Amino acid sequence: MSYLLPLLVFLPLASALFLFTTAGKISAQTVGFVAASAIGLSALCSIVLAGAFLTSAPSTPLQITLWEWMHTQEFSADIAFALDPISLLMILVVTIVGFLIHLYAIRYMEEEPGIARFFGCMTLFVSAMLVLVLSSDLLCLFIGWEGVGICSYLLIGFWYENPRNTAAARKAFYMTRIGDAAMLCGLLILATSTGSLQTHTVLTALGAGTIAPQTLTAAALFLLVGGLAKSAQIPFQTWLPDAMAGPTPTSALIHAATMVTAGIYLIARLHLLFAAVPLVMMLTAIIGALTILMAACTALVQTDLKRILAWSTISQLGYMFLALGTGIWQAAVFHLMTHAFFKALLFLTAGAIIARLHHEQDIFRMGGLYRSMPGLTAAFLAGAAALAGLPLVTSGFYSKEMILSSIWSAHFPLAPLFLPLAHILWGMALAGAFLTALYISRCVFIVFFGPSRTAASGSTPRLMAIPLACLSFLSLFGGVIEMPDTLAPIHLFTRFLSSPFPHAEEPVWLVLTGGSVPIAGIVIAWILWGRATPVMQEIPGQSTIIRMAKEGWGADALYDFLFVQPFRFLVWLTRHDILDYLILGIGRMTRAISTFFETARTRSLTLFSGKTILFLHEGDALLARFQNGRVRWYAAWIVAGLCAALVSGVVS
Amino acid sequence: MPPTTFNAVLLLSSFLFTIGLTGVLIRRNLLFMLMALDIMLNAAALLFVAAGAHWHDATGQVMFLMILALAAAETAVGLAIILALHARGRPSLDADTGNLLRG
Amino acid sequence: MSPLPALVLLPLLGGAVAWLADRSSTTGTSSARKISWRITLMVLTLETVLLLITTFGQHSYQGPWLDHFSIPWIPIMGISFQLDMDGLSLSLLWLTLILSFPCVLLATRKIDTNAGAFHFLFLAALTGITGTFLATDLFLFFFLWELMLVPMFVLISAWGHEDRHRAAIRFFLFTQGSGLLMLLSILGLVITHYRQTDVLTFDYFTLAHTHLSSFLSMVLMLGFFIAFAVKLPVVPVHVWLPAAHTQAPTAASVLLAGLMLKTGGYGMIRFNLMLFPETALRFAPVAMGLGVAGILYGAWLSCAQNDVKRLIAYSSISHMGFVMLGIFTGSNTGLQGAIVQMLAHGLSTGALFLIAGSIQDRLHTRDMAQIGGLWASWPRLSSAGLFFAVASLGMPGFGNFTGEFLVLLATWHVNSIVAALTTAGLVLAAIYSLRMVNRIFLAPTRTPPLHATDFSIGQMSVLGVLMVLLVLLGVHPQPVMTLSLPSSLSTAAPSSGGDYGQ
Repeated sequence: MSYLLPLLVFLPLASALFLFTTAGKISAQTVGFVAASAIGLSALCSIVLAGAFLTSAPSTPLQITLWEWMHTQEFSADIAFALDPISLLMILVVTIVGFLIHLYAIRYMEEEPGIARFFGCMTLFVSAMLVLVLSSDLLCLFIGWEGVGICSYLLIGFWYENPRNTAAARKAFYMTRIGDAAMLCGLLILATSTGSLQTHTVLTALGAGTIAPQTLTAAALFLLVGGLAKSAQIPFQTWLPDAMAGPTPTSALIHAATMVTAGIYLIARLHLLFAAVPLVMMLTAIIGALTILMAACTALVQTDLKRILAWSTISQLGYMFLALGTGIWQAAVFHLMTHAFFKALLFLTAGAIIARLHHEQDIFRMGGLYRSMPGLTAAFLAGAAALAGLPLVTSGFYSKEMILSSIWSAHFPLAPLFLPLAHILWGMALAGAFLTALYISRCVFIVFFGPSRTAASGSTPRLMAIPLACLSFLSLFGGVIEMPDTLAPIHLFTRFLSSPFPHAEEPVWLVLTGGSVPIAGIVIAWILWGRATPVMQEIPGQSTIIRMAKEGWGADALYDFLFVQPFRFLVWLTRHDILDYLILGIGRMTRAISTFFETARTRSLTLFSGKTILFLHEGDALLARFQNGRVRWYAAWIVAGLCAALVSGVVS
Repeated sequence: MPPTTFNAVLLLSSFLFTIGLTGVLIRRNLLFMLMALDIMLNAAALLFVAAGAHWHDATGQVMFLMILALAAAETAVGLAIILALHARGRPSLDADTGNLLRG
Repeated sequence: MSPLPALVLLPLLGGAVAWLADRSSTTGTSSARKISWRITLMVLTLETVLLLITTFGQHSYQGPWLDHFSIPWIPIMGISFQLDMDGLSLSLLWLTLILSFPCVLLATRKIDTNAGAFHFLFLAALTGITGTFLATDLFLFFFLWELMLVPMFVLISAWGHEDRHRAAIRFFLFTQGSGLLMLLSILGLVITHYRQTDVLTFDYFTLAHTHLSSFLSMVLMLGFFIAFAVKLPVVPVHVWLPAAHTQAPTAASVLLAGLMLKTGGYGMIRFNLMLFPETALRFAPVAMGLGVAGILYGAWLSCAQNDVKRLIAYSSISHMGFVMLGIFTGSNTGLQGAIVQMLAHGLSTGALFLIAGSIQDRLHTRDMAQIGGLWASWPRLSSAGLFFAVASLGMPGFGNFTGEFLVLLATWHVNSIVAALTTAGLVLAAIYSLRMVNRIFLAPTRTPPLHATDFSIGQMSVLGVLMVLLVLLGVHPQPVMTLSLPSSLSTAAPSSGGDYGQ
C-alpha cells in the first residue's frame, strides 16, 4: 500500500511537467483535463489510502523511505513519506478540495492564454503541498514548504503584465521567505541537537529529554515564526490580502484552503515539541487571538469582495493558532478542515460572481444578486453561514465551538495568577466570532439583497457549478463528525486523530453562548445593512479609524517606512561596489603618489643638474684661463710648478 | 789661472740659466726667446762639463756634445718655424699673438 | 596506461588543430567557418569518452586515489609531470565537461570573428582547468594555474563587450598577482623541505609531510590562501569578478563562473586544508568570517544591480561565500556541502550566464530596465531563466539548497549566531533572484524583439540536461557526496585516521 504515497505526489508532478513541456501546443480543454484528472487520480489514491488506513489496525503509520537524501557523519536525512492520521486528513483535504477547484478552474480559466502555465503551477503546487504533508522528515517537509511558496509566487503574479500583481507576488514570497529562513534556523537547531530531522527521531529525543530547554525554546520560537509567516499571522499578515491579485482558483486553493494552513499543520505535527515550551505556546495563543480581532475588524470595513474573504482567512487562521496555543491541536486541525471547505466555497463563488459582473469586485457596486443568480447566492449563503458558525446546521459551528469551549478551561502555566488569560482569550475569540458573523452578513446583505446596481450577464457553467455544490454540501455537513458532548457524544474526528482526547467538562452555557453569538451578529448586521433603509450608510473613508482599518491598521505603511524604504535606500546608496571603489581609489592614490614622487624627482634632478652645469661652466672658464695658448705663460707655469716641487722637496 | 772651483761653476751655470729663463718669460720676440733658450741650454751644458771634470767622468763631455747638437737642431727648427710663419703671411715675431691653442 | 595525461592534453592539441583548420579554410562559406566549432565539439566528445573510461574503466592503479600518472619533467629540479585523481577531482572534471558542452552548443557558435583562435583559447583554458584539478606536482599545478589565465585574458580582451580591456587587465592583475604569492609559497615549502631532507621535490605527497613551524606554515598557507581567495572570490578581493564576468563573451563568462571559480574552492580544499590542516583550523575563524561577509555582501550588492550579468556575478560571490564557509568549518559535513554547492553553483550560474548571454546576443543590452518582459515572446528562454533563478535562490530540491543546508548545518555546529546571520543571505537571495525574474522574464512586454527567436528545442534540451542534473543534485546528492570527498594524503596505505579522509 505504501507505494501509493509516492504515486500520490508523482501524479500531480508528472502532470505539471507534462503541462510545462507541452505549453502552447495543446488546447486549453486538454490542459484543464490533464490537470484535473491528475489531481482526481491523486484524490482517488488518497481515498483508497484512507479506506485502507481506517480498516487496518490503528497505530501502524504507513511509511516508505524512497532514498537517502543526505547522509554525513553527524546528520542524516531521507526522502521519506509517512501516513499518519494528521497527514491522512491533510491529503484528503488537499486532493479533494484541490480536485474540485481544478474542475472549477477548467472553465474559469479557459480564455486565458497562459492556461498551461496556470495549471502547471497549480498541479505543481498540489504535489509540493502533498510533499509537505506527507514527509516524515522535516527537511523533506521543507522542500514542500518552499515549493508551495514558489508556486504561490508564480500564481499571484500570474497576470504579470500588471506590475502591481508581480509586486504583490514578490511581497508574498519575501515575507514567507523571512519566515522560511527562521524555520530553517529552527530546523538547524533540531538537526544539530538530534542529528536527524526525522519527525519520530526528534520527538523521541524530546521524550528522552536529550535536548536542552533553551535549545528547545529557541527551536520552537524559530519554527513558530516560520509558521506565522506562512499562515499570515500578526507580524506577517500584510501579504495575504495583496495575494488576492492572483486568479480566484488560486486564492481558493492556495491562499485559503491549503498553503496558508501549512503553519498550523507544522505546529500540529510537532505539538509535542511545542507543548514542552509553555512560553511559545502562550505566545502562539496570544498572537492568534490578536490576529482574530485585528483581521475581523479589518474585514468589517473592506469593500473589495476578495479582500473581505482574505482578511477573514487571516482571522480564521488566528482561531487555529489560538487553538494550537492552548494545546488543543485537534480542534485546530478540525477547524482547518472545515475552513478549507467553506473558504474554498466562498472564494469560488465570489470568483463566479465577479466573472459574471465583468470583473467588478467592489461590493457596493453589486446588490440584489439573489434575483439574477439564485444558485450562486445559495452557495455563498452556505459558505457564509459556515464561516459565521450558524449553530447546528453548518460545519463551521462545530469546529469553532470545539475551539471556544476548550479555551475556557485551558491552562497557561506561565501566565500571572491574577490574570485569567484563558478567560480573556476566550472573550477575544467570542468577540471574534461575533465580528465574523457581522462582517460576512454585511457582505451577504450588501451583495445579494437591496437594489441591483450592476447587471449580471451569462450564466455559470455546469462544470463550475458542480464543485460549488459539492463544497456547499461539505461546508454544511462536513462538521457532524465531531460534536460537543452537550449535543451528542460524537467524537469521530478526535478519536481518529489521537486515541485519548481529554474532553473537558463543557458547561451547557458555553455551548449556548458560542451558538448564540453568531446569531446575534447576523441580527445586528441585518439591522445595520439588511433592511430596506439601512441604518448605516457606509461612505468609504468616513472616519480616520475606518480608513486605518481599511488599510490593515497601517501595517503596510509601517513596514514600508521601517523596512522597505530604508532597504531600498540603502541598496540604492550602495548600488556601486564600495570595495570596488576602495580598490580603485587605492589605485588612484598610488598613481597620484607616484606622480608626485616623479615630479619631485624630476624637479630635484633638474635643479641638481643645473647647478652642476653651472659649476662646471665656472670651472671650465677658470681652467680656460690657464689654457690661453701663450707659450710664455705655459713656460712660466712649468717653472712655477718646478719651483713648487723643489720647494716641497726641500722643505720636507 | 787659479783653478775654478766646482761651486763657482755651479753658481755661474745657475746664473746663466736664470738669465735664459727670464729671457724666455719676459721677452715677446720669438728670436730673443730662441736665444734665451740657447742660453738655458748652454747653462745646462756648462754644468755637465763641470760635473764631468769634477768627477772625472767622460759622460759629462758626451752630454755636452749632445746638448750642443740639440741646441743647433732646436735653433734650426725654431728659425724654420718662424720662417714658415712668415711665409704664411704672418709677419709678426710676437709670441703672444700665436695663441690659437687657447682654450 | 593511465588516461589522465590525455585528459589534460587533448583539449590543447585539439584546439591547435581547430585553429589550424580554421586558418587553412578561409574560403568564407558558412560551413567552412564552422569547422573549428565542429572540431571543438569532437574534442569534447572524445574527452567525454576518456572521462567515461577513467570513471568506469578498470584501474590498474592500486591505492586510495583513483588514478595516478607520473613521468619526470625537469628531473634536476625534482619536477615531474604528475597527475592524480580522487573523487573530488573526478566530480569537478565531470562538471567541467558538462558545462563546456552547453558553452559550445549554445554560445560559441555565434562567434564569427576569428572563430579558430576563439576555440583554441577556449580549449586551452579548458586544459588549464582540467590540469589544475588533476596536478599533484606543485610546479605543474602552478604552471597549469597560470596557463588557465592567459587564454581567459585574451578571450575577455578580444571578444568581450564594451569595457573589455579594463576588465581583462583587472582580471589579469588580480589573478596573476595572487598567483605570484602562491609561487612564493610553493618555493618556500619546497626549500624548507630541501633544507630538512636534502631532497628537492615538488611532489605534493612528499611535501605534505614537511615539518613546519607554526609561523612559517601560517605564512605559506596564507600565500596559497590569497591566490585561491582571489579566484573564489572572497570579499575584499572580488573586485575583478563583476567586471570580468560582465564583459566576457558568453562562453568565457560560463567558464569563469562555472569552472574557474571552482579551481579556487578546489585549491582551498586540496592545498589549504590538506597541506596545512592544523594551520587551516587556526585560520578558520577568519576564513569563516570572510565567507559570511561574502555571502551577505554579494547578495546585498546583487539586489542593487540593473545589469543582469552583474547581478548574476554578485550572486556568484554570495554563493561562493558558502563554499568558503563550508570548507573552513572543519567538518566533513561542511566539506561535502561546499563541494555540492560548487557543483550546483557551476550548473545554475553557468546556465544563468548562458541565458543572459543569449539575451544580450538577441537584444544587445544587458540593462534589465530595457530588456522588459520576455515571457510573451520567448517562453522557452524565460522559463529556463525562471528555473535557474529559482534554483539559485536556494529552493529546496535543487542542488544549491543541498549545499547551502549542509554548510549551514556544519556552521551551526561551530557557531550558531554566524549561521543564523547567514540565513539572512537566503532572504536576500530571494530578493535579487525574484527581482531579476520580475524585471526581465515575468514582466510587462517592453520592446518586441524583431529578428530574434526563442531557444530551439535542441537548445532547450541542452539546458534541460542541466536542469535534470541540478534537480538530481538536489534530491539525490548522496552518490556525489560519497564520491566527491577528497582522498587522504598517504599514498601508501588506505586512509584510516585522516581528518578529511573517507
